[in-house]
Amino acid sequence: MLAEKDKIFTNLYGEQPWNLVGARARGVWSNTAEIMAKGRDAIIEEVKKSGLRGRGGAGFATGMKWSFMPKESSKPHYLVVNGDESEPGTCKDRDILRYDPHRLLEGCVIAAHAIGAHAVYIYVRGEFYNEASHVQQAIDEAYAAGLLGKNAAGSGWDCDVYLHRGAGAYICGEETAMLESLEGKKGQPRNKPPFPAGAGLYACPTTVNNVETIAVVPEIMRRGGAWFAGIGREKNTGTKIFCISGHVNTPCNVEEAMGIPMRELIEKYAGGVRGGWDNLLAVIPGGSSTPLLPREICDGVLMDFDSLRAAGSGLGTAGVIVMDKSTDIIYAIARLSHFYMHESCGQCTPCREGTGWLWRMMQRMVKGQAKVEEIDLLLAVTKEIEGHTICAHGDASAWPIQGLIRHFKPVMIERIEEYWARAKAA
Amino acid sequence: MGPFARDLIQWQEKAMTFSFTPDNLARARAIVAKYPEGRQASAVIPLLDLAQRQHDNWLPVAAMDYVAEFLNMPPIKVYEVAHFYSMFNKKPVGKNFIQVCTTTPCWLRGSDGIKGACKKKLGIEPGQTTPDGQFSMIEVECLGACVNAPMVQINDDYFEDLTPELMEQMIDDLKAGKKPTVGSQQGRKGSKAKVA
Repeated sequence: MLAEKDKIFTNLYGEQPWNLVGARARGVWSNTAEIMAKGRDAIIEEVKKSGLRGRGGAGFATGMKWSFMPKESSKPHYLVVNGDESEPGTCKDRDILRYDPHRLLEGCVIAAHAIGAHAVYIYVRGEFYNEASHVQQAIDEAYAAGLLGKNAAGSGWDCDVYLHRGAGAYICGEETAMLESLEGKKGQPRNKPPFPAGAGLYACPTTVNNVETIAVVPEIMRRGGAWFAGIGREKNTGTKIFCISGHVNTPCNVEEAMGIPMRELIEKYAGGVRGGWDNLLAVIPGGSSTPLLPREICDGVLMDFDSLRAAGSGLGTAGVIVMDKSTDIIYAIARLSHFYMHESCGQCTPCREGTGWLWRMMQRMVKGQAKVEEIDLLLAVTKEIEGHTICAHGDASAWPIQGLIRHFKPVMIERIEEYWARAKAA
Repeated sequence: MGPFARDLIQWQEKAMTFSFTPDNLARARAIVAKYPEGRQASAVIPLLDLAQRQHDNWLPVAAMDYVAEFLNMPPIKVYEVAHFYSMFNKKPVGKNFIQVCTTTPCWLRGSDGIKGACKKKLGIEPGQTTPDGQFSMIEVECLGACVNAPMVQINDDYFEDLTPELMEQMIDDLKAGKKPTVGSQQGRKGSKAKVA
C-alpha cells in the first residue's frame, strides 16, 4: 500500500485550494530553479532512473522519449501536453487539471527545459470547460508571479505555456492527431516516421506527454529518481492514479502504488464489487481499449503494465471498469464498438468501414440474431482491422471484441441459441 | 446530400451575417497571439468556439466564413474543422443543451434511466429540441467523468452522480429558472469515494 508520505497528488479531490497559494502549501514551485540548474542531461537522467513510463496509455519510457529530441536544432522545440482525456473509464487528468494545475505547470517548465523547448501547449479536451478555466487562471497566476515567461521561476530558462482547448474528438488524444488539431486541422493521425521528436508541431521537434506524466516530474526531481523507482516493481515503477468505475459500491479515483493487486484496489478503495467479489463477472482494467478480464484472472492480477500484458490485456490509462454478474457483457462491449465507430477519424478504410461493421455485427450479437459461425467471422474482421491502420484506433476497436470472444464465447453462443429457440417457438 | 450540407443550407438563412463583438474581437486577437507568426490557423478551433458562444451556441455558415477570413484560411478548411469536431453545433440548439453520456461506464451505472428521465420530462427524443427552444437533448460519447457516473453535461457544466429522480428535479429547476449545483448531485467532493 502506498504510504501517505509517498503520494504526489495531495489535492486529488480538491479539498484544498487549487490556486497558487494552495499549490505552494503543497510544495509545488518550491525549488524549481534549483532543479533546473542541474541541467538538461541531468534531468533526463533522473527521469530515466525513476523508470517513469508514460501515463497516457502506451507506457513508453518518458526519459527515453525526451532523449530523442535533438540536442542542437535550428528550429524551435515544443512540448505538447496531452489533456484530451477521452478514453472511456478514464477521468484522472481531469483531477490534476482542476485541482492541481500548478503541479502540471511546474512539470511543464522542467520538462520544457529538458527537451530544449521554450513553448508549451496544454491541449485540454473541449468538454472540460471548467477544468480548462482553472488551468488558464493558474497560467495567469504563474505569469504574474514570474514562474512562467522570461526567466521562468528564476531558472534562467524562458518558458511560455499556453492553454489550447479541443472541441470534441477522442482521436485527438493520439499524439500526431493532436498536432494536426493544434495546427488548425481535422484531427487525423499522421504517418510515422517522421516521429514528433524529428518533425512534430509546425514540423519542429516536439515531445507529446500525458498530463499525469508531466505532473509527476517535479516530485521525481525533488525526491530523486530512486525514490520513484522504489515504488512498485521493476519496469513498473512509481505511483499511479487509478479510476475505478462501474459496478462497485463507491466508485472513485485514487493514487496508489503501481502493481497493487486489482482485488485490493477495488475492495480497499471502491468499496468492493456490488454484491461481493463472487458477484464479479469481468473487469476492463485500463480504459475501454484494453481487453476485458474474467473474474478468474482478476483474482490474482497486479495493476501494472507488464502483469496486465501477461494476462492478455493492458494497464492503458488505468481506468478500471468493473462489471458484476447482472451485466449484459455483450452489450457492454457492443457499446464500446459504437464509441469506436463514432470516433473513427475516417482516414483509413479498415477503421472507417471496419468499426461500422463491428458495431452492426455486435448489435446482432446482442440480440443473438446471428449464426454461431459469425462469431469467428467477427473475430476475423477484427484481425483485418488490427495493425492495418495509421494509428492505434483500429487496434483499439478490435481488442475489446477479441477479449469478449476469448473469454465469453459460450455466452455469445448461448445468446444465439436462445434467439433461434424463441424464433422457432414463435 | 449529407446531413452536414443539409444543415448548412437549411439553417444559414437564419443568420446571414456574423462578426465578432468588440469584446470578442479583442479576445480573438489575444488567442491568435498564442501561436507563432504565420501559424494563425492554429486558432481556428478557439475562434469557432468563441463565435459559437456569441451566437446562441450554434455556428451558422456566416460565422465559419467570418473566421476563415479572420484567419486568412480557405472557407472549406474551416467547414472541415467545424464538421469534424463534435462540439460545434451546425444548427440551433436549446438554451439548455443537455448531453447525456451513454458510453459503457455511464451505461453500467444507469444512463438509460437518465436518458429516460430527459425524454419523459421534456417530451423529446435524443437530437431534438423542445418547441419553446428551452431544451435540446443529445446522447454523447464518454465525457471523462466515469467515477461520477451517470452524468450529463448541460452547456459548459457537468452534473454527476445522477439518478432518474435527480435528473427530473434538475430539469424542473432549470424550467423554473434555477441553476442546479454543478458537479456531484450527491454531495461528493470531486472523485473521492462516497463515505458509506
